[in-house]
Amino acid sequence: MADLKKLYDAVLNGDQKTSVAVTQEALAVGIDPLELITKYLVPAMDEVGRRFECEDYFVPELMLSARAMKGSLELVRPLLAASGVQPPGRVVIGTVKGDLHDIGKNLVASMLEGGGFEVLDLGADVPPEKFIEAVRAQNANIVCLSALLTVTMPAMRTTIDALKQAGVREQVKIMVGGAPVTSQFAEEIGADGYGDNASAAVTLARTLTRPVES
Amino acid sequence: MKHSALAIPEATQLVFGRAPQPVECGFGLTIGGGQVYPEVNFTLPAITISGDNWSKVVAHYEEMAKNILKRATSLHVPGIVLEFELLPAMTETPGWGAEITALLRRHLREAHEEHGLKSALRVTPTDIRAQGKPLELRSGPAWEQLRRSFELCIDAGADIISIESVGGKEVHDPGLMYGDVRCIAFALGVLAPRDMAWLWGEITRMCDGSRKAVPGGDTACGFANTAMQLAHQKMLPEVLAAVVRAMSAVRSLVAFEHGAVGPSKDCAYEGPVIKAITGCPISMEGKSAACAHFSPIGNIAAAMCDLWSNESVQNVRLLSGNAPEVFTEMLAYDCRLMNTASASGGALTLRQWLVDSDKHLSPQAMVLSPQATIEIAKAIVGADSHYHATVSAGLAAAGLLRECVDAGTLNLNKKEKGWLSRIERELHSLPGNEAELLAEMKETHAGAFNPACYGLP
Repeated sequence: MADLKKLYDAVLNGDQKTSVAVTQEALAVGIDPLELITKYLVPAMDEVGRRFECEDYFVPELMLSARAMKGSLELVRPLLAASGVQPPGRVVIGTVKGDLHDIGKNLVASMLEGGGFEVLDLGADVPPEKFIEAVRAQNANIVCLSALLTVTMPAMRTTIDALKQAGVREQVKIMVGGAPVTSQFAEEIGADGYGDNASAAVTLARTLTRPVES
Repeated sequence: MKHSALAIPEATQLVFGRAPQPVECGFGLTIGGGQVYPEVNFTLPAITISGDNWSKVVAHYEEMAKNILKRATSLHVPGIVLEFELLPAMTETPGWGAEITALLRRHLREAHEEHGLKSALRVTPTDIRAQGKPLELRSGPAWEQLRRSFELCIDAGADIISIESVGGKEVHDPGLMYGDVRCIAFALGVLAPRDMAWLWGEITRMCDGSRKAVPGGDTACGFANTAMQLAHQKMLPEVLAAVVRAMSAVRSLVAFEHGAVGPSKDCAYEGPVIKAITGCPISMEGKSAACAHFSPIGNIAAAMCDLWSNESVQNVRLLSGNAPEVFTEMLAYDCRLMNTASASGGALTLRQWLVDSDKHLSPQAMVLSPQATIEIAKAIVGADSHYHATVSAGLAAAGLLRECVDAGTLNLNKKEKGWLSRIERELHSLPGNEAELLAEMKETHAGAFNPACYGLP
């Protein structure tokens, strides 16, 4: 019988080797893959996020945990897909056209992956048409736009306008972030949310993709 | 390694305004000859850069140049450097960057003719080579645009040429994010020096064309400043940012091994190490760059500078005037104080206050003190390769931090102390030669970098 507490600890401690081994063991003895996610992996990443927020963890600890989580998810996901369970969201992320900065965007992409989202990273200096193409191809429901320069902030608006014109705006929630970006700017350009940091971006993505209660 | 000894061997000789190898450039300016001058850097507010909008872009630069020089002459600055950092779109369309270069040079010439203002124009094209997929550093459309941008900007009147080059960043970024010292050492000690050697050979050649420009220097902005900003946001340990700063000095030094003569770039906080090794003047930025980013080294950064910069400020309206002229005034007063200290024989006293006011409060400041600078510089010139020099610089910085912690002159919390131990361990465990590390990285990080971009097998 797999010791599933070890799975929780492995993610918390950023130990991918152990997280993968325990996941394999658990699946081999027939433990429900959804249970692995909901009872161990997600709570572990939630605790990692909490430790990051209260400055107990730096980014490297966060990234190693996200990598451990991803290693387990790669084993679990095909089984979930086969039984019709969907990931919490499909994300298309990129730094907008004209901007070459990507470390913050990379961090958000990794954290979203660690949070269980399927992520397609388009890189930096991404023109609007690439976002549109990717949203269609991935059937994405979240678009994340990043910018570090004040002069590339207008490209966020241009990208959102292009998504509207292409008729895909309504199928996605748009999140924006980056050093000069503010929640006020996000509102002005018609984005659905602004994340101040990578951990906040995961929380925001979860909020935006949560089914609306009737 | 070109340098085997320090041009400035004693910490007491390492002071603002004075460099053993001063640089003459522009309209009668001598940098490092005894005075510190403001270097004002300015940028656009949030507007789109496009052909349709180009006249508005030009108008902003006209306004900024006019206001800055008006303020500079009113304050009787003994000299000034303007830095024009091209935005990516201005490098991709080289004619745009050249047009702004010519505009700024015209303003400097007029100020020189009308007011006798000594000045120079630094022009810094964006290193757009990183945008190519797959990455191409030495050929391809992005390099061709960048090369053309250098050529046209030099022809248009650039006095000093710089760049914030990014070779090795594709490995360094994930290295920082995972706190992986092996990746960091490989990026800074193996990849980046190779790109720097090639790139600065090209830049120096272009600066020596039909119209001469001074090959100023590079900066580890994409490396050590990324670490500094992540540390500022509590995303990375400060001790890691401090050690990365020291290690990054080696890749920035390579520019000087291939023709750069200074002034080094303002955001190259590794500048003091470069100055100690080469004797070339440096530009630095600190508290007056808070318009662009925060730092824990606001005062100490000025201790050894020859130009004093504000990094970058947008052309937006403040109560007194537009931000670029506001920051011109702030820099002018900082420089006036330093120059008055020098003239009255008090330079070392002021330097000590600048150093002491910061160094006990941050590991990043501690490694910038004149004494630490000399120790790190000695570790670099004592090594036989860029790789060994990078590791030695890291070990020297970590050792200095350890000594300060043990002596109680630097307080680190438990987390930071743990990271310092981890960094020391990882630096000591690095392979003894770069071939071994290269072989390891090819196996563990296949796909993260293309050895051919660096002339590696």
